[in-house]
Amino acid sequence: MKAEPAVGLRALHDKRGWLVVALFTLLACVLVPVLSLAVPESSPLHLPDYLVALFGKFLCYGIVALAIDLIWGFTGILSLGHGVFFALGGYAMGMYLMLSIGAQGVYKSALPDFMVFLDWKELPWFWRGFDNLSVALIAALLVPGLLAFAFGYFAFRSRIRGVYFSIITQALTYALMLLFFRNETGFGGNNGLTDYKSLYGYDLHEPSTKVTLCVLSALALLFTYLLCRYIVTSKAGRVLRAIRDAESRAMFVGFNPTSYKLFAWTLSAVLCGLAGALYVPQVGIINPSEMQPANSIEMGIWVAVGGRATLFGAVLGAFLVNGMRSFFTAAMPNAWLYVLGLLFIAVTLFFPDGVAGALGRLRRRRT
Amino acid sequence: MSESSAVSAASPDSVPPIEAPESKPAIRTDARPNEKSGKRRLVRPRLVDPERRAAVVGTRQAVLVVDNVSVSFDGFKAITDLTLILDKGELRCLIGPNGAGKTTLMDIITGKTKPDSGTVFMPHDARDLTQLTEYEIAALGICRKFQRPTVFAGHTVYENMELALAGPKGVWKSLFTRLSADEKRTIEQILEQIGLHEHAAVRAGQLAHGQKQWLEIGMLLAQDPKVLLVDEPIAGMTHQETERTAELLKSLAGERTVVVVEHDMDFVRSIAKKVTVLHEGKILAEGDIDSVQSNPRVVEVYLGEPRT
Repeated sequence: MKAEPAVGLRALHDKRGWLVVALFTLLACVLVPVLSLAVPESSPLHLPDYLVALFGKFLCYGIVALAIDLIWGFTGILSLGHGVFFALGGYAMGMYLMLSIGAQGVYKSALPDFMVFLDWKELPWFWRGFDNLSVALIAALLVPGLLAFAFGYFAFRSRIRGVYFSIITQALTYALMLLFFRNETGFGGNNGLTDYKSLYGYDLHEPSTKVTLCVLSALALLFTYLLCRYIVTSKAGRVLRAIRDAESRAMFVGFNPTSYKLFAWTLSAVLCGLAGALYVPQVGIINPSEMQPANSIEMGIWVAVGGRATLFGAVLGAFLVNGMRSFFTAAMPNAWLYVLGLLFIAVTLFFPDGVAGALGRLRRRRT
Repeated sequence: MSESSAVSAASPDSVPPIEAPESKPAIRTDARPNEKSGKRRLVRPRLVDPERRAAVVGTRQAVLVVDNVSVSFDGFKAITDLTLILDKGELRCLIGPNGAGKTTLMDIITGKTKPDSGTVFMPHDARDLTQLTEYEIAALGICRKFQRPTVFAGHTVYENMELALAGPKGVWKSLFTRLSADEKRTIEQILEQIGLHEHAAVRAGQLAHGQKQWLEIGMLLAQDPKVLLVDEPIAGMTHQETERTAELLKSLAGERTVVVVEHDMDFVRSIAKKVTVLHEGKILAEGDIDSVQSNPRVVEVYLGEPRT
């Protein structure tokens, strides 16, 4: 049965994949809490708070990269608008965090500060229920999912594909950014939602809360990885690849590409929403600039750098590019965009299959 | 369009005359916008009138009927009032000069092209196939092999077979399904039949040209089709591969209906009992190869000179 494709949980036992997953989970769930909380602050091994938050942020980006890999790497649909799903998830969480500030805000009102500032007397209807964490979390997954479903349904049904689809996704994120920039939309205009105090009763400025959020992000990344891994190694994953490689053939074999694309697309958006919801409490702000087209393009670059259709490569790419970003924006802020551009060109020219592909080739040469 | 002359002058003798009842036009002119892109429609598929079905099929063991179909592209009439009836288990060859409409006819049957008028149906089913999508038609058991081999190059031979295998094709099923012992046996058996058993773990893209053609035929078999449409199966094949293809196609007919589009007359002669000649979107002649080849009209437009 040498030829039988690996299916189900058995396929999860891929050595490379497990190694990376185990590493990150260990790092986040054991090392971060220990180094941040147990090691005294005077020690050089102590992990400062800002690094904990940074690491947590990277973990969220890793989830986004996996989501993009699922739809781009495995299904062949390049989205240049995934930032919008990420931001919507973030906004849902941000709304909860705003409402849990309560009367501790600048204006000492039960309404969020920006509403008082705009002279609004009561909470808009679409803010109702967001004082409940589970409602906010469900919305963080559901709203991006529904938007993606509606958008994808019409786009895939009309057989829009390739670069046309990518451009429309750009337009989508741009349009929503403009919408969210308006004060009247009711999400804080260009300042967005910020100045959070606590999450579910825990002070967001406490190191222990930060560490907990970081660990939760790591677990979410692990969950996303296992989910994506299951999907791409199932028969559905082979169908997705078949649609990517030869859509009309897949159709004549009897598969409906629209429903498969719609599934991968919607799931991808939901995962981005999850990442956004975890991201916002760690960064402390969500505003419409998250929906900038450039942000979404950068997300694509993470996956391209890491290696498409490899899953673990996508996570690696997200860490690598964001690590470089953190370094360069601190060391030489003006150089970052050039570095990013050069990186993209270099990867396209020399490593078309990304870091993961280059690593694979290296290993094969050695053996 | 509604009062189209049902019996076209070019209809060959072997097709029963198609008389639409006076009251009912042969072609219903329901509101149908120009939808050639094969978009998925929201309304239920149109049904073919049962009387009409009975009238066309008669007493034959028909499996697929193309009824009075016309299509034109930018004013060019690719197919005009064409009627073709395929019987159960037959091996039919479709020949004709370039531009005769062979490929367009295949496109119409498989749903890639929507005709301007006319219907396509399977007698046991009331649905009009021209209203269905490609994958719905494929699910009904009408499968097509393209001219160039189009296998999934990145998948292994075995995975190609798995994808082609008949069965539920929905997303949820695919997420949680595993190959059953029966399905594995079917795959093994077909791989044996097409001679690719040794290559099950090879990526399909690495196969030789002839092997890809085999694999594609194997994939069609895995779909357990009722009707197999094969477009120029021996293009670019070596002599030996051609012979094997002929054997394979002959062994497939009987259980299934096989339609072969082919230019090579020697190959047609070696496999076909019944030949349909297309010319300018109409059926010029139909019958066994000898009668077709001696038909003066066919000789004129296609073969050039009668063969001895």
